[in-house]
Amino acid sequence: MTALPTPDSLIIEIADKLSDSLKQRQIDSPVMVGIRTGGVWVAEQLHSKLKITEPLGTLNISFYRDDFSRIGVHPQVTPSALPTEIEDRHIILVDDVLQSGRTIRAAMNELFDYGRPASITLVCLVERGGHELPIRADIYGRQLTLEDDEQIKLTGPEPLAFEIKHAKVQ
Amino acid sequence: MVNKNARATNPLLGQDHWNIQLDENGRLKHFLTVEGLGSEILTEILDTAENFTSVNNRVVKKVPLLRGKTITNLFFEASTRTRTTFELAAKRLSADVLNINISTSATSKGESLLDTLYNLQAMQSDMFVIRHQDSGAAHFAARHVAPHISVLNAGDGRHAHPTQAMLDMLTIRQNKGHDFSGLRVAIVGDILHSRVARSQIHALNTLNTGEIRVVAPRTLLPADIEKLGVKVHYNLHQGIKDADVVIMLRLQKERMQGAMLPSELEYYQQFGLTSETIKLAKPDAIVMHPGPINRGVEIESCIADGPQSVILDQVSNGIAVRMAVMSMTLGTTAQQTGEDK
Repeated sequence: MTALPTPDSLIIEIADKLSDSLKQRQIDSPVMVGIRTGGVWVAEQLHSKLKITEPLGTLNISFYRDDFSRIGVHPQVTPSALPTEIEDRHIILVDDVLQSGRTIRAAMNELFDYGRPASITLVCLVERGGHELPIRADIYGRQLTLEDDEQIKLTGPEPLAFEIKHAKVQ
Repeated sequence: MVNKNARATNPLLGQDHWNIQLDENGRLKHFLTVEGLGSEILTEILDTAENFTSVNNRVVKKVPLLRGKTITNLFFEASTRTRTTFELAAKRLSADVLNINISTSATSKGESLLDTLYNLQAMQSDMFVIRHQDSGAAHFAARHVAPHISVLNAGDGRHAHPTQAMLDMLTIRQNKGHDFSGLRVAIVGDILHSRVARSQIHALNTLNTGEIRVVAPRTLLPADIEKLGVKVHYNLHQGIKDADVVIMLRLQKERMQGAMLPSELEYYQQFGLTSETIKLAKPDAIVMHPGPINRGVEIESCIADGPQSVILDQVSNGIAVRMAVMSMTLGTTAQQTGEDK
């Protein structure tokens, strides 16, 4: 596996790709939403780099997870906050790592409880293998192939860094 | 196995008395009483409830957490607030709710509590929310239901009303901050008949409250109440002096046998919270009441509706706390596994 660039350099690449994509689609006033916790760190940087005027929204998807019956609730994560109406708006949904797609499924379900967006663009820092749902990132920093027992995690917020570790065999 | 969330059990009580509430991993399985639960678990309930308040303020007040679960409300006593907020909590978590109206149910034809429970269990209910006039009814149910079922106590006799106590703790925390050690809390009124007061005292003690006072005429205080770790006052003026939180209780006339009070008017003159007596508490003191309020009996209208009153916040918090407890207890069947990404 080639060495992974730092999160900060990936965010610069993503910001360029995203800005081009928004211009091409003539979206000038998008609403950016980060998924807690790692996705919010990435979204905060993209939000300031792209000079988005609408305030940043955050989602805590614990109430929408499909594995609730296995892992229960996590009260320590800050609740969702969407300061802007999302009805008919173009949403940029930001997360750190895309793997199974289940987090994104949950996030989209929650978004639709707030309104009907005009579109959702998915932005992820890293897309790793292991998709379980027909969900792909529209814009991503890197694609990685990891072994099943390898975990990649974004740590932060200051500084942002990747942590790759082997999960314990259970 | 040593359970880190439970406090040491009283050896005189023999059996697991309250630890029936926790599963083998120390997580909440039933919620029957605050007594015996450690501050970690009470804080987890409050933190989870705080998160759910954001759901209750949205346009779509519903999350899919308990989709497909069936929750049965079994109320053997009258209730408006508690039953409706339990029902709303269940519905906002997307569970299906059954409300059994006891007065028109088979119980009035002589069916026992246990037979009622077994029948509802046969209808694949996942949770029972029980209010009963007898102390210990919810414990009894928890001991007899199938292992996958959770039981929540919505008030049993004079014993406990744990979700009410937790919504009160949430209301205090929102107004006075997370550290209770500097707080002076006065509970005023019919302590004798009040399961709410008993649960509040246990919760306040576990959360390390600076000073807990109970204020009531002698006839409305149980014997040896100071053993719960409270200071007893027989005089309202001393009792609420410099208090940060004043909790008024309803006179439970329906439970009173014999002459406990000369008259309601005399009680009001001695123990009623009025625009005059409130001045003895701290200027930023909050006024609470579990409801239903008897205006002019324990509290003056202008205080119940005044700026220091948080009585209606208590009601809103009731929904969030009940959502928290429902999701925590129904989530414990669960093994702690890695998170999906």
